Amino acid sequence: MAIKNISTMAIMEVMSDKLPEPESLLPLPAATFHILMSLADEDRHGYAIIQDVAARTDGELKLSAGTLYRSIQRMLEQGLLVEVRERPAPELDDERRRYYRITPYGGLVARAEGRRLTQLVRLAKASGFAPGRA
Amino acid sequence: MRTYRGLLHFYPAAFRAEYGEEMCAIFSQRLRLASGFARLGVWIAVFFEVLFNALAVHFDILWQDLRYTGRALRRAPGFAITAILVTALGVGANTAVFSLTDHVLIRPLPFPQSDRLVKLWERLPGYSEMEPSPANYRDWKKMATAFEGMGAFTTTAVNLVGQGDPQRLEGAAMTADVLPTLGITPLFGRTFTEADDREGAPPTMLLSYGLWQGLFGSDPTVIGRKLLLDDRPYLVIGVMPREFRFPGPEIEFWTAAQFAESAFQDRSDNSLEVVARLRPGVTLEAARAEMSVIAGQLERQYPKDNTKVGAVALSMRDELSNKSRLLLWVLMGAALCVLLIACANVANLLLARALVREKELAVRAAMGAGRERLVRQLATESLVLAVLGGLLGVVVAFAGLPLLVKLVPTSLPISQAPSLDLRVLAFAGILTLLTGTAFGVLPALRIGRRAGLNGLREGARAGGGRKGWLRAALVVAEVSVSIVLLVCAGLLMRALLRIQAVDPGFRADRVLALKTALPMPKFRKTEVRAAFYNRILTEVRRLPGVVDAAYIGGLPMVWGGGIWPVSVNGEVRERVAAYTASMRYITPGFFGAMTIPLHQGRDVSDTDTVDRQYAAVVSDSFVQKYWPHENPLGRHFQFALHDRLVVGVVGDIHVRGLEGLSEPQVYIPYRQVLDGNFTFYAPRDLVVKGSTNPAGLLPAIRQIIRDADAQQPVSDVRMLSDVVDSQTAPRSIQLRVVGVFAAIAFLLAAIGIHGLLSFAVSQRTPEIGVRLALGARAGDILGMVMRQGTSLAVAGVVPGIVLAYAAGHAMQSVLAGVEPADALTFASATVLAIVMTVAGSFLPAMRAVNVDPLQAMRAE
Repeated sequence: MAIKNISTMAIMEVMSDKLPEPESLLPLPAATFHILMSLADEDRHGYAIIQDVAARTDGELKLSAGTLYRSIQRMLEQGLLVEVRERPAPELDDERRRYYRITPYGGLVARAEGRRLTQLVRLAKASGFAPGRA
Repeated sequence: MRTYRGLLHFYPAAFRAEYGEEMCAIFSQRLRLASGFARLGVWIAVFFEVLFNALAVHFDILWQDLRYTGRALRRAPGFAITAILVTALGVGANTAVFSLTDHVLIRPLPFPQSDRLVKLWERLPGYSEMEPSPANYRDWKKMATAFEGMGAFTTTAVNLVGQGDPQRLEGAAMTADVLPTLGITPLFGRTFTEADDREGAPPTMLLSYGLWQGLFGSDPTVIGRKLLLDDRPYLVIGVMPREFRFPGPEIEFWTAAQFAESAFQDRSDNSLEVVARLRPGVTLEAARAEMSVIAGQLERQYPKDNTKVGAVALSMRDELSNKSRLLLWVLMGAALCVLLIACANVANLLLARALVREKELAVRAAMGAGRERLVRQLATESLVLAVLGGLLGVVVAFAGLPLLVKLVPTSLPISQAPSLDLRVLAFAGILTLLTGTAFGVLPALRIGRRAGLNGLREGARAGGGRKGWLRAALVVAEVSVSIVLLVCAGLLMRALLRIQAVDPGFRADRVLALKTALPMPKFRKTEVRAAFYNRILTEVRRLPGVVDAAYIGGLPMVWGGGIWPVSVNGEVRERVAAYTASMRYITPGFFGAMTIPLHQGRDVSDTDTVDRQYAAVVSDSFVQKYWPHENPLGRHFQFALHDRLVVGVVGDIHVRGLEGLSEPQVYIPYRQVLDGNFTFYAPRDLVVKGSTNPAGLLPAIRQIIRDADAQQPVSDVRMLSDVVDSQTAPRSIQLRVVGVFAAIAFLLAAIGIHGLLSFAVSQRTPEIGVRLALGARAGDILGMVMRQGTSLAVAGVVPGIVLAYAAGHAMQSVLAGVEPADALTFASATVLAIVMTVAGSFLPAMRAVNVDPLQAMRAE
């Protein structure tokens, strides 16, 4: 029956939503790239990400809660992050916290962004707009 | 902290539920780190940060939903196109009609603070708005304190010679106070001063923008030039702005009124229109109260002329007959009905579609989409459909507008063409959003409630049983509203037919009418005019195919004025409507040319001259009024300053148009008028009756006139039948519009019934299969489906008839005596509704009959 076909199609479409080429997401918004970098070595919760980003940038970039979670929501939808179920030891944990982990696809995208920026810096150097030699 | 939680409400609920707690934790940490004055900074920063990010999150969702909608609609193009077209019809019809209604009824008139502008009228028994006489106007102006300005004007028409071919121009003569009262200054040049307005001052004139463009090619040096109007040189002193159309859109120039002192003698010379501006803070009611006190004083002071003469003030915005107003509201109501039906129809489509999509939505719900999210997605879909429909609707409105232009009354100082400007587009936009909400909200809420895992259950049947009532209710509403429209269209059609069936009292076919202006003072002498008439008429009658020709001062249905009080046997009566008659000067042959029957006595004659007894031919109703059951011939009456003898009796004609009543008619021989008297009434309209269509005679007639007087312009050339038809033109346009609306409504209702039954049949296919397998006959199945259709129709027709009766009552005054409960109309509408139901149910019923029992059960 027609109805069955339509619903099956709907499921199929959701399942087979292929992830787009990493390059298609570039350039990444600054907040997104920083969040990816912050998650590169360990899973973190939201506040830890804010602190980590601030530390990495010597306090230049202080993500607001809104910017952070808006970015996280979008990154979850794009498949750059996942929320992890494992929790740290109870004495270290705050049950309100959620922990995020970078996905392999997130890693690919971050690397692609890194390549893009490197290339850009190289060009800037060649033009004398950045310190160092081309 | 509570404040911060409050702020978080700017985010979508789902986002808040997901991240709200953590955001609060982060915020409290941040607040702890700051102290004193820095805390304030944190709060300010957080406020803007929340606003910005919340907006961004909403935008993300919108963008997602839009893309999803795009995909969903592309998968169901038939549905999308239907919904968009139906919406476009609804929005388009309303936008077009609104642009007209707004233009004519709602928008302020194009004058500064136009709400303070009023028109002042005399009120006589039988005449609610009579033009004031110059003497009364002068006294009002002197005595009234409620107004900061008051001015008087009359419309006029002149011959312009010396600028190419002689031309007839329409204009207005105004006192110097009119333009300041209106608050209008010229585009350039100056306005009239008191000096220009004085009797005997050198004549001055203002040009309309259009005349300035047409005659002088927008030459800025036109000021100081002189134009010959009716052989008098007028000095051009200014050009008026393009939007200035006063008192009506046809006016091309303005002159100073220059009242002669003698004009203030006769208080029954009702010839002026008076405009005034209320002082700031003075209400219309206060002004009315003052005017009636003043009228009372004048009544005591001038009992002979002013007995029972009141004074009324009406807002200038309301200078529109109730009939024109009601006509527009009827259109607006009809358009709204179309929109309602369109909404019901699209809502039904969306409901059906939502039921079909139940599983898809259930999957999305299962994958974590909250109810709010689903509702939001569906609302986006409805709004996208509505906006696309609305855009197309504006195009529809734009295309339909030229049809409506003829419904703009000429009595208002506004342009003749309503425009689709920002105001109208804003209306269309709001309407579109309301429409989208109206048809989208119900299905969305319904789905939001139902989207659970239930939808996933195998074999779950969409839209069965009791949930069908909502869709059925929508279809019933559609049927009701279409009945209302059908009945309204029917009533209007009956009214139109009834008016068209009215005998005007004359035969308009094969009669050509035109105007020769006869400028004064050139034609001031009666015998000069008589010579002109006789030459023209003799030669025109000689043309082949001419049955008769004559001159009259004021064509019936074109000019309704010339109303004079009648007194019989020297009895002085009050100036009340019951004792008045319309006066027309005519040449012999008028009754023949117009086919007005001569019942007794004789026609006016060339031998009726000023040195003989003044004669008159009167109409039947005149005789009925003054000498019922007596021989009127040889009787005398006093009328228009003279004693007159009845020499003939003719049939009545509808001087004031097919609708409404006309005064009895008095026809006076064209030669029985002293030189320079009643020149305003001098016959200027030539009527020519042909044995065939006389339009072909026009070149020959023009030549005859040119030969007689090369400076005589010929204007207002028309067939008399067009004059009669124009009486019903607004009605027939209105009927056409309402008729189209009714047809659309009808079609949509039929589609609604068809859609509902088709869906029901497809849902019940297994059941029908079982019934057929168990031995039900095709007739039973057919009856089952048709019964469902019929019950929908009956449920819709009954309230529809009640509503239609109410609508008919509301528009009774435009029905020209047709009963709002006209049985024929209601019966026809009901029969049409039944036909529509049968037509709408037939295809689904046939599909039900053709169900293959085996297949139906296998599918289950």
